Amino acid sequence: MRACSAIVLAAAAHVASAATPGDAGDWPMAAHDYASTRFSPLAEITPANAPSLKLAFTFSTGVVRGHEAAPLVVGNTMFIVTPYPNVVYALDLSQPGAPMRWKFEPKPEAFAQGVACCDVVNRGLAYADGKVFVNTLDNQTIAIDAGNGKEVWRYRSGDIRNGETRTMAPLAVDGRVLVGNSGGEYGVRGWLVALDAKNGKEVWRAYSTGPDRDVLIGTDYKPFYAKERGSDLGVKSWPVDAWKVGGGTVWGWISYDPELDLVYYGTANPGPWNAEQRPGDNKFTSGLFARDARTGQARWFYQLSPHDEFDYDAVNESVLIDLEVAGKPRKVLVHPDRNGYVYVIDRASGEVLSATPFVSVNTSTGVDLATGELHYAPAKRQRAGTVVRDICPASPGGKDWQPSAYSPRTRLLYLPHQNLCQDEEAMQTGYIAGTPYVGAILKIKPGPGGRRGRVTAWDPAAAKARWVIDEDLPVWSGALATAGDLVFYGTMDGWFKAVDANSGRLVWQFKTGSGIVGQPISYRGPDGKQYVAVLSGVGGWAGAVVAGDLDTRDGSAAGGFANTMRDLKERTTKGGMLYVFALP
Amino acid sequence: MSSRFLELERARLLAVVAVVAAATGACQRETRDFLPPKPGAVVAGAASAAASQAEIANAAAMVGRYEHNAYGTSAGKRLWTWYNCSGCHGAGGGGGSGPALIDDVWIYGGDAGTVYQTIAYGRPNGMPAFGSRIPKDQIWQLAAYVRSMAGLASADAAPNRDDAFLTRTPESFLDPQKPETVKPSAAGGRPQ
Repeated sequence: MRACSAIVLAAAAHVASAATPGDAGDWPMAAHDYASTRFSPLAEITPANAPSLKLAFTFSTGVVRGHEAAPLVVGNTMFIVTPYPNVVYALDLSQPGAPMRWKFEPKPEAFAQGVACCDVVNRGLAYADGKVFVNTLDNQTIAIDAGNGKEVWRYRSGDIRNGETRTMAPLAVDGRVLVGNSGGEYGVRGWLVALDAKNGKEVWRAYSTGPDRDVLIGTDYKPFYAKERGSDLGVKSWPVDAWKVGGGTVWGWISYDPELDLVYYGTANPGPWNAEQRPGDNKFTSGLFARDARTGQARWFYQLSPHDEFDYDAVNESVLIDLEVAGKPRKVLVHPDRNGYVYVIDRASGEVLSATPFVSVNTSTGVDLATGELHYAPAKRQRAGTVVRDICPASPGGKDWQPSAYSPRTRLLYLPHQNLCQDEEAMQTGYIAGTPYVGAILKIKPGPGGRRGRVTAWDPAAAKARWVIDEDLPVWSGALATAGDLVFYGTMDGWFKAVDANSGRLVWQFKTGSGIVGQPISYRGPDGKQYVAVLSGVGGWAGAVVAGDLDTRDGSAAGGFANTMRDLKERTTKGGMLYVFALP
Repeated sequence: MSSRFLELERARLLAVVAVVAAATGACQRETRDFLPPKPGAVVAGAASAAASQAEIANAAAMVGRYEHNAYGTSAGKRLWTWYNCSGCHGAGGGGGSGPALIDDVWIYGGDAGTVYQTIAYGRPNGMPAFGSRIPKDQIWQLAAYVRSMAGLASADAAPNRDDAFLTRTPESFLDPQKPETVKPSAAGGRPQ
């Protein structure tokens, strides 16, 4: 297969610069490295010996909502964070059974649970210079001394009374902690903020909507496409004042290129979902920003889904790799988007090099690479009061937040994702602070073929899938790739699986206590062995029917996800548990 | 298709029953209470103070009146969408960020007075207080509708049509649940 891709495009792909701080056996951030590869260079566990993987230790988190976080490993300590109430644990990996070193309880406001759209999840911690950084559901960022678990500072950067919450994993970059808000379903105005890692003070804040001075658009701003140029587009591409409640939250993943000194992240959907209430392109929602890491000034922006009608947030991960395209080496970012396309974008200029569907897409017909325009399909456009049926992909997209992994060995991007479509009716809605601002009723259903989940091995150079695993349930866990040529992921009914990175062949699986929606990681223990860890504990938007005890007789429950997840209640139960595996 | 047909048949039957009932003196279903409550009682007190027992008792009586009244539950259903209740609890009440309301679990109690109290004064785990935002009679109507979704209102007064597309069995066909408070399991339940 590798030979095959080499013929298609002499792809001298490798991971963008060795930007990972710390030891190669560590897992110091949710995405493993600034390039967001989720690739472990450890090669002890292979397809040949993986069948003998055994449980090394477990740890109950004491919380039973959706566990979407990645554990961190720095030196001989593992750090984990639970969903609300966002308890942080430090486990001592140098002792048998990894006993607790300390526990930190931030005690977020309970009221925050009511404005968290899609379960009360947390996607992970950040670590830098002896400090662990945790985001709490009630909009706080707290720095904790990694050695003793004592609080160093805390800073609140949002307000739950306006519907704002905090679910993303912060990213520590060069003395700063980058944090974005959640709440795109509550008329929240999105932003990304950089906090001083020493004291929590705001260094810069970049809004996703509003005038250029708020969006930090200045003389550095040089977008590739004409459609992104102009003054105050964050105001002018909206009805009067609608940008103030227009969404574009920043609840997903951030990547960082230390050579270009740029950070990359996506903005979420515009609000409300009923698009008739907000004619215009609704900038700068559902797009990708490249910003100067020091000043926050925008370098380029590319709107993947202008005037989004389907909740196609652009918050998914951007994986930074170097790729040979048409004979030329390009610094690219690879971004599998909710709108169903994998984008390969020149990360210096913002030029789209390819945009290829990885699932069944009927909401659009393609991306014009010359103009960057996404061509929408008229048949699926919303009309308030009319039910539009068989919209593909559904609102969770071809792939949601669950991050992919990239192996520089196979040069494949491993996408955990879903295969879902939906029926939808939009309707007029009014803004009431602190309540949902959506205006749409959904019934999500399985996509073509009837299997709701997939793991796709995507070749970004050839822009096509090399192999696909069909799963019955949406694959809502992250993926992990290792130098042992294995790919790990979990299923929503609790199976933790290892497959051959070259073929997708299942080589090992283990049934955990609850469904898996967490992000698997791999690290080298103090004993020199390779370990693989994952949090089990079903939840998130797809698992809310179980985590939130919802009544699936109503298909619109959980934002319409209940309609296709009725069987989950018979297949798994709540639980929050860390599982760690190693060879005997 | 056949179950849909049966539902229509049931709806027709129900309509006949309702007409007969109305003709034989059960007029409560048909009453239309257009006048707001008397001045001074329009807006529920600020959510700061705990509700007085008298207010709750009075509210329970009003909710009780509305849930036997087709206009009351239908008005509540319209407000359910207008005030974004549907956004948290599901268009059909199956739940989302807020708990399901069509099941038999009532975290704070499903009696009319408690449902009124929950809407008016909010709950600490995420339920906003609407008492300072909307008139009292609308809270009564909302409470009546919430109880009708759980099958606790009169079947002949509960709505059975939707303005938007159906996501569940209409309210008037829901199996009535036991009108008592059922505590969620200690481990799993998130109080709301």
